[in-house]
Amino acid sequence: MPGKTKFDLTPGPATREAFGRTLAELGRENRDIVVCDADLSKSTMTTYFAKEFPERFFSCGIAEANMVGIGAGLASAGKIPFVSSFSAFVINKGFEQLRVCVAYPKLNVKVVGTHSGISIGEDGPSQMSVEETGLACSLVGFVVISPADEAATKALVRAAAAHIGPVFIRTGRPKAPKVYDAGQKFEIGKAIEVIEGTDATVIANGLLLAEAIRAAETLAAEGVSVRVVDMHTVKPLDRDAVSRAAIETGAIVVAEEHLVDGGLGVRVAQAVAESRPCPMEFVGIRDTYAESGQAGELMEKYGLVARDVAAAVRKAVARKR
Amino acid sequence: MPGGLRFGAPMLKSKQPMPKSLEELQAIAKRVRQEIVVMIGAAKSGHPGGSLSAVEILVELYFDAMRIDPKNPKWPDRDRFILSKGHAAPVLYAVMAEAGYADTPLDKLNTLRQLGSVYQGHPDVRFIPSLEASAGSLGEGLSLALGMGLAAHLDGRPSRTYVMLGDGEIQEGQVWEAAMAGGFHKSDNVVAIVDYNGIQLDGFVKDIMDVAPLAEKWRAFGWHAIEIDGHDFPAIQRAFQEAQATKGRPTCVVAHTIKGKGVSFMENNPKFHGTAPTPAEVEQALQELR
Repeated sequence: MPGKTKFDLTPGPATREAFGRTLAELGRENRDIVVCDADLSKSTMTTYFAKEFPERFFSCGIAEANMVGIGAGLASAGKIPFVSSFSAFVINKGFEQLRVCVAYPKLNVKVVGTHSGISIGEDGPSQMSVEETGLACSLVGFVVISPADEAATKALVRAAAAHIGPVFIRTGRPKAPKVYDAGQKFEIGKAIEVIEGTDATVIANGLLLAEAIRAAETLAAEGVSVRVVDMHTVKPLDRDAVSRAAIETGAIVVAEEHLVDGGLGVRVAQAVAESRPCPMEFVGIRDTYAESGQAGELMEKYGLVARDVAAAVRKAVARKR
Repeated sequence: MPGGLRFGAPMLKSKQPMPKSLEELQAIAKRVRQEIVVMIGAAKSGHPGGSLSAVEILVELYFDAMRIDPKNPKWPDRDRFILSKGHAAPVLYAVMAEAGYADTPLDKLNTLRQLGSVYQGHPDVRFIPSLEASAGSLGEGLSLALGMGLAAHLDGRPSRTYVMLGDGEIQEGQVWEAAMAGGFHKSDNVVAIVDYNGIQLDGFVKDIMDVAPLAEKWRAFGWHAIEIDGHDFPAIQRAFQEAQATKGRPTCVVAHTIKGKGVSFMENNPKFHGTAPTPAEVEQALQELR
């Protein structure tokens, strides 16, 4: 078991910031990278790209459906468009276009949602995207990614650009605890075991990965050995990692900043049911809309912190006998 | 223009090997109408009215106006066509089959809508790679066309993108998001064509959600707008030439057409928006279309 020193977990750049910086880098490397934005470039951080490559940055105004369609047209003419807005807007207002114009003809469009989950905070539930994992996973042929920190986002945005086909990436507003070193390798569809363990496994992504690590550290002190798996790619799901967790640890907790309906937990549970059924618990939002508040306060109130993950692990472990 | 319009003149450096005369275009249009009626009759479902209203425009595009090479459908500098009103797929299939695309076989048109046919109910690039877009959910094609136009502009390609919208279709809000964006981005390599036949599924457009005045709407969104008779080949050709010459803004061709054009009992009859002709009706239609 690695000690506390292995994980920094101090606040690092937000994943949306890492996305914006990486996008500008990609712009320098590949002239086919283009960006579509719906009047939120200063929030989604596509502004870095826009400043450097104004001719490849297409302002679409506050009109997400048209923006997704323009992205599809650019992709069908050979460009690699990154189409970005708040997750809540691009996935919900653009969903029909994501389905018919992008997924159906399987076009090479990269959709990046920012301000995901409830950690957008003060703006409140109309801007909080808590359905997007389920929605994005229901788009046929899409890769769906939810990175945990800056290093993960940088690597996975690059992987998304290199992947041929549609991708949805979920990023957040607040500073993200640093989990990974800059040199960490990421592969689409390949989960990362960040902590080894034998008594139970926590499968998490996004901001919940750091919470899962904190929970594992707490439980280690109680003598419970918890494996922590970063399921940064929700689709295609790393079913081998899930199946190993079920077989080798016999109890699984899934933790995500999303409604428990339709999220990562549902996909993991399906994979568990199809491999080796075992006790499972789920940390997520339970059929409710949140409210305004600071990100940290909201994560506490809606049950998305290390304490909640640890309680779920204890429950799952108790159910093993 | 001295001498008036000259069909067969090599407009826009056409890749069409043999530019067509007016008589040839009319002959192709007649065959396409027959094919539409027969294939929808064979399928026992489909949308004849809005297919027949669009025949001359598609024939003019594929046999005269567009720089295309059916033997090399992915030629990067080609012009593109998107049928945003995807339910009129039969007219697109028939015209592409006549144009000689390898993935739109003429002798398979009558498999329309059958399991395993490339001729899906609505255009589907998975089955016909030469199509520029899948369609079927209304209101989306203009956005795609803008994206293709922006890409062509970035790459310095001469490609122009044509997109046909239904008059009922433009009730969709996304069309006006795209119209605003086309004017804003000065997308002068994009041409929208509204098939203004005045009828949608439930009845007359003016009774369901009137879209008039149409040209004025497009002009207000920063487009050059031209109103024509959408069954008049010289008028269609003139409109596309005017669009080509119009710089700094996109063009919308408002094509006044007749739903069900060419078949007396289908003309201006809302029933034939989405109803297939019976075998007897197919026979009668074919007699009228001889």
